[in-house]
This record gives sequence, C-alpha cells and structure tokens, in this order.
Amino acid sequence: MMAATIVRKCSLCFATARQLKSLYPMSRRLQTSSSDNEYVADIVISGGGMVGAAMACALGHEELLKHKRVILLEAAPKREFKLPEAFSNRTCTLSPATVKLLNSFGAWEEIQKMRCQPVHRMQVWDSCSNSLITFNQEEMTQELAFVAENDVILEGITRRLDAVKDKVEVWYKTKGKQYIIPGVDSSEDNSWITVHLDSGKTIKTKLLIGADGFKSAVRDASKLHVVSWDYKQAAIVATLCVSETENTVAWQRFLPTGPIAMLPLSRSISNLIWTTTPENAKYLLQVEEERFVDAVNDAFWHERDMNSVAVSVGNFLTDISKNLLQGDTSSRQLPPTVTGIQAGSRASFPLGLTHSSNYVRSRVALIGDAAHRFHPLAGQGVNLGFGDVTCLRDVLTKAVYDGSDPGSLSYLVDYETQRQRKVLPVIATIEFLQRLYNTNLTPIILLRSVGLQATNTLTFVKDRIIKEATS
Amino acid sequence: MASVMSVCRRCLVGSLRKGLANAIKNTANRLNHSEWKNINAVLITKTEIYRNSSTISSERPVVKTTIDEEELRKFALLSQQWWDEQGEFEALHALNQIRIPFVRDGLLNQRGIPPLDITQPLAGFSVLDVGSGGGLLAEPLARLGAFVVGIDAVEENIKIAQIHLQQDHKIAGKVKYIEATVEDMLVTEEENFDAVVVSEVAEHVTDHAHFIECCCRLVKPGGSVFITTLNKTQASYFLGVLMAERVLHLLPAGTHDWNKFIPPEDLQYLLDKNGCVTRLVHGMCYNFLAKKWSWIQNTSINYAVHAVKIDSTKSGTTSESKFKNDSSST
Repeated sequence: MMAATIVRKCSLCFATARQLKSLYPMSRRLQTSSSDNEYVADIVISGGGMVGAAMACALGHEELLKHKRVILLEAAPKREFKLPEAFSNRTCTLSPATVKLLNSFGAWEEIQKMRCQPVHRMQVWDSCSNSLITFNQEEMTQELAFVAENDVILEGITRRLDAVKDKVEVWYKTKGKQYIIPGVDSSEDNSWITVHLDSGKTIKTKLLIGADGFKSAVRDASKLHVVSWDYKQAAIVATLCVSETENTVAWQRFLPTGPIAMLPLSRSISNLIWTTTPENAKYLLQVEEERFVDAVNDAFWHERDMNSVAVSVGNFLTDISKNLLQGDTSSRQLPPTVTGIQAGSRASFPLGLTHSSNYVRSRVALIGDAAHRFHPLAGQGVNLGFGDVTCLRDVLTKAVYDGSDPGSLSYLVDYETQRQRKVLPVIATIEFLQRLYNTNLTPIILLRSVGLQATNTLTFVKDRIIKEATS
Repeated sequence: MASVMSVCRRCLVGSLRKGLANAIKNTANRLNHSEWKNINAVLITKTEIYRNSSTISSERPVVKTTIDEEELRKFALLSQQWWDEQGEFEALHALNQIRIPFVRDGLLNQRGIPPLDITQPLAGFSVLDVGSGGGLLAEPLARLGAFVVGIDAVEENIKIAQIHLQQDHKIAGKVKYIEATVEDMLVTEEENFDAVVVSEVAEHVTDHAHFIECCCRLVKPGGSVFITTLNKTQASYFLGVLMAERVLHLLPAGTHDWNKFIPPEDLQYLLDKNGCVTRLVHGMCYNFLAKKWSWIQNTSINYAVHAVKIDSTKSGTTSESKFKNDSSST
C-alpha cells in the first residue's frame, strides 16, 4: 500500500520507486493493520493501576507527544466512581514530588476536590527504648506529605485521562495474553513488539511499558532477571477512628515483630498499616473488633519490650544533647487513642521484595511495582512508582524531540540509570531498617536507639533525609 | 568520481571482512549486474524521463529485478544488524543523541523563527544525508519533519535502509534512499537542499577537496553543511585508531585509515573556498563505558562542524549574532 503510494508520488527519482516496488512483497509483510483485529500504536501501557494510569495521563498531556498513539490496557471494567462516605482501607502517602507530577496533568486538583489529608509531622519511635525521631517542616505550616485513598488517586487520574481521550485510548476489560518481544522471541521478522490480547485483537507497538504490578507479565515475557524474597511478614490494614483534634501527624512505632503505622485520613479517621508475623496477622483478622482496637492501642503504648540498657543509655544521651548541643529532643508527642474501627475494614496481604535487575530492554520499560516492590515501612513504594512516571515521561519526550523511536534503547537506558540511582539506595535503606528493627538483641537495640537519637539531634542530617524522601 | 565512490558509512563500523571487502565485492557486483547499473542510468537521465512524462508508462526503461524472497530475508536480517542498538553499530546509535540535536538546532537557528508545530520542528527542510548507511540518521530527521534523501554508494546499504524504513509508515514517505555518490547527485540536484549532512563519512574519503566541493554545491544558498568526522592528530591516531580498534575493540580493526582523516582547519579552509562560512566547531567525546557521546571543547579526536553557505543574493547575508549561541552545547 505504502510502497504503491510512494511510487505514485515519488518526485525525486524513479530508481527509488523501482527499488521500492521490488521491495513490495516485503513491505506488505512488514506493514501492519492488515486486518480489522490488528492495531498499531506508538506506546502501549500494560496495567491501568495508579502508576500505569498516571503514565498514560502524563504522556497524553505532553505537547511533544501529541501525535503519538498511546493505548492503556486495563483488565478491570471502567468503574463509575462515587466518593463513598466510608474511607477505604488502602491508602498511599504521597510525597511532594508525586504531588508535583499529579499537578502537571491536573489530577491533583481532582484529588483535592474529593479528599486527602495533609501530614505536617512524622514521629517514628522504638518500642525497645525511648529513642525517637520526628520530622516536620518549620512551624508545621508546610506539608511533608499527603495521605490519600488509592481509589481517590485513581479516580483523579482517570478524570484527567478522559480529558485526553483523543490521544490516549483506554481499553478496559482487556489484558495482554502474549507479548512477542524482539530479541527474546526472534521468530518474528518485524522488530516491533506484538501484543496479543485476550479479546483476540493484536497491537503492534514501538514501546511497551509494563505497569502490571509485581507479578508483571511484561517483565516475565522480557526475560528480565528478578531478585525477590519473602519477608515472612504480613501487613494488616484497617480504617480507624481516633480521638484527635487536628490529626495531621503520621505515627510509626517499631515493634520487634514489625512496624505499626497510623496515617491521618481526616480529622477523626486514620489508616492503619501494621506489619507483623503471619500468625499474629491471622489472629488479628479473626478477633472481635473491640479486641482488635485494644490490640492496636496496646501496640502503640505498651512498654513490655523496653530494654533497660538501651533506656538508660538513651536517657544519658538525651541529657548530654540537651545540655551540650541544645538539640531538638524535647518534641515527643503521644499518639492519639484509637476509639473504634470502621466495620469490615480489616484486610491483610503478604509482603515481599521484588526487584528487576534491569528496568528496560529494547522497546520495553518497566515502571512501578513491575520494576521494584519492597517493604512498605517508609511508604515509599508508590512514590517511587510515580517517580518512574516522571522520569520516563521526560526521557521519552527528549527521545521524541531528538527524532528517535520511542522504543530506542539508547534513551531508555537513561531512564534505567536515573531510576536505579534513586531506587537502589531507598531499597538498601529500607532493607537495613527492616533488619535493624526486627530483632531483640541488646547491642543492636543499643546501636539503633543511639543512631536514631543522634539523627534526631543533628538537624542537617534530618533536613537531608526529608529532602531525599520528598524529592 | 571513483575516489568518492568509496564513500561508505558502513566502512566506519562494519568489520574489515564485511565492510572493506564488501565494498570491493559490491563494486564488482555492480559491474556484473547490469540491472543495477541501469538504475543509476535511470537516476541520471531522470530529467529526460520527466520530459516524456505523458507517455511514461510505456517509455520507462524496464528494470528487471533480481530481488527474490530469499534475498529480501537476507537484507531484513542485515537491517536488524544495523539497527541493533547494542550491536556493532552501537557507537553510531549513541552518536544520534548529540548529532540529531546538532542538526536540528542548527537548522532551526538557520530559519530563525520557531516551528509552527513543535513535534515537527524540521518541517519544510530538505536534507541530504551523505553516506546514509542503514538510515540511522535519515529516519530520525524525517521523524522531525524533514524530507530526507539518503545516498550511499553501497547498493546493499540502500536496500537495508529501505527495508527498515518500511516498518514505520509515518515516515516512509519522507525518506528516499538512492544508490549514488555526491557527484551523481550534482547532475540534477545542484543547490537543491537546505542541508547536507556528512556524518562519519569524510574520514573515508581520499580526495577531500573534491568531496567537500560537491557537498557544498548541493546546498542551497543560505543552507547548511553539517560534518562530523575525525581530526588528524597524534591523539586521534592513538585513541581513535589504535585504542578503539586494537585495544578496546569498539570498532573492527581496519575500520579507519588515519591518512584519510582531516583536521578541522583544513576542512574549514575547504568549506570557505566553496562559499561556506563555518558557524561553529565542537569537539566530541565518546565515553565507552557509559556508551555516551558528549560535546567537549577539545577537537583533537572527533569533531563536528556546522557551516552555512553564503547567500549572495541577500546583502550582508544572515546576521552573525543569530548564530552566536548556536545549538546543542549541552
């Protein structure tokens, strides 16, 4: 078809026309969209979760990419979302960098129209000693982060996706069945990626973005090396009612069985995320709701795990820093008392680490949990996923402005390098913290409480941590 | 003419066996296969054919094709080799990250007004890519909106490039590949291009003076010549030839002949002689660990030149200041 058009139009020379004509059988084979069930796209995103939808939305709102055909594949049907009275038990802590991304395509405004709660202060403390660390911007005027429900975030992004309907097609109830990736499956003579869908349709695309979660089928099809392990821990989530006036503080206490955290959702509602042993999790899911509330209060308040050595050393250090350094040690606050639980809001899920050693290969890029998933103790998972979106959008924009194919590895490698420089230190830190606090050994307790205390005293270290965690 | 016949970007990174020997083989092939000679003849006598355009279907010389399915498959495979970003042309693929912005920004500065459609910044420009090889440079320029003619003296490269071009229907109509040399082009296309891009080709040419003259004559007055090549210094011999070919094996041994390298001063002199004023000279540096090119001050190994042909019809030509902050030194 195309060859024939060129033969007709060719203004420069007939030699080219002739050569093209001789290539006609070949070109016809390479030409796509020969049947009704074959589609051609520039970018296909597999997985319409928060990160995948944000990726589609970010690409759709990019001026330089306006002529690119982007298709988002989402297994679930399109939902009619109405903000429910009750809060969902699945939430995210959104960092300022994430807010900036959501703002860039207008989704943040939509989320704020629904609901989200600012976090002005974070307090992290240890159950084995008195050591603690607090984070807050000066005078508590600026938000450290926002807590929003996953449903609300996704709805905010979906609304903004509707605004770019002409550029980004969302195919609901569609899932990739088979991905044929050049270099992995060399049987195809076309060097683009072929996606066979469960609906029987086929898409040929220059770039496939895997946003299909930690069990990513795109990653498996790309034969990328994966590091993974199980934490042998389970996380319990629940929606709690708290007695609090402002409720803008995020609380986290490290117990020997795992951290327990309470994140503010509204003036009187907080979200619980409690990491514990699978057995304990099973028990906590079964007990009556009053007993569960008692268990949560106990986890935040009890002093059974106190280690006498660590406590006395901690007190000694506090005295020193008070007298010599005049550091910021006096700001201990007490967490609010949990008064009740939203009925039926308890749920549990297993925790594990999955890290893809490479985030890209030619024509493939992984984002979000497909590339990296780890312990939720710092609430960084989704923020790193949104960080991937920001970075990949910028890299693709540059590639397109340089006339490159969006699937070009030379550019995708930039995305991988930039993201791994960011993600790997975060994973290392979280793994370190997870192991550091998952023990009862006195020397380690001593070490960590001194370390935490020291970090809390040294303002410049804290500022640096805040900067790292929020960027 | 024969001297410039050796212009071949494939030689740059093609292996000695595949590149140099192939070039010789191809020349031999060309002598044997009269069909392809005919195609050259068609090219050169294009004007005559145009004249008879009313009776074109009957008058057009019939070119018998020797391409069959088997051969197509072979070229498709070769095309995959050319376009494998981690394959033997890795350094050339990486070079796109700086040479495309170099050409793009150079052309945008030349026009002086911002593009109407930012996704097609080069719309309206016609570009000649000398030594187009597998089309590594031609396709990105076409994607930016330019109309690109890629010429290569090696018949095989033309077919490889065309096969790859067919994959992207959005640009398939914007690129033409022709098996030709710059002299061939001069017959019909003198002063016909907004830009002539000679990337990684000049270091394979024996008669620089004649080659540059041809390139300059192909550019419209006010148009640009972009050249990237290797300097003729001791550093370029040790790093560009010995290290790259023998020690680090970035390129197959025998890719480059240091004697054919050209220093920027000589290149500028030649450009100047042909009415092209040099706007800027940048050094280029390849980090073989990161596999990235970057702009540097030092031009002793690789360098890029942007020259603009003086437009004698306009008085005072284009203002100097417009080009002061020219492009891409990021």
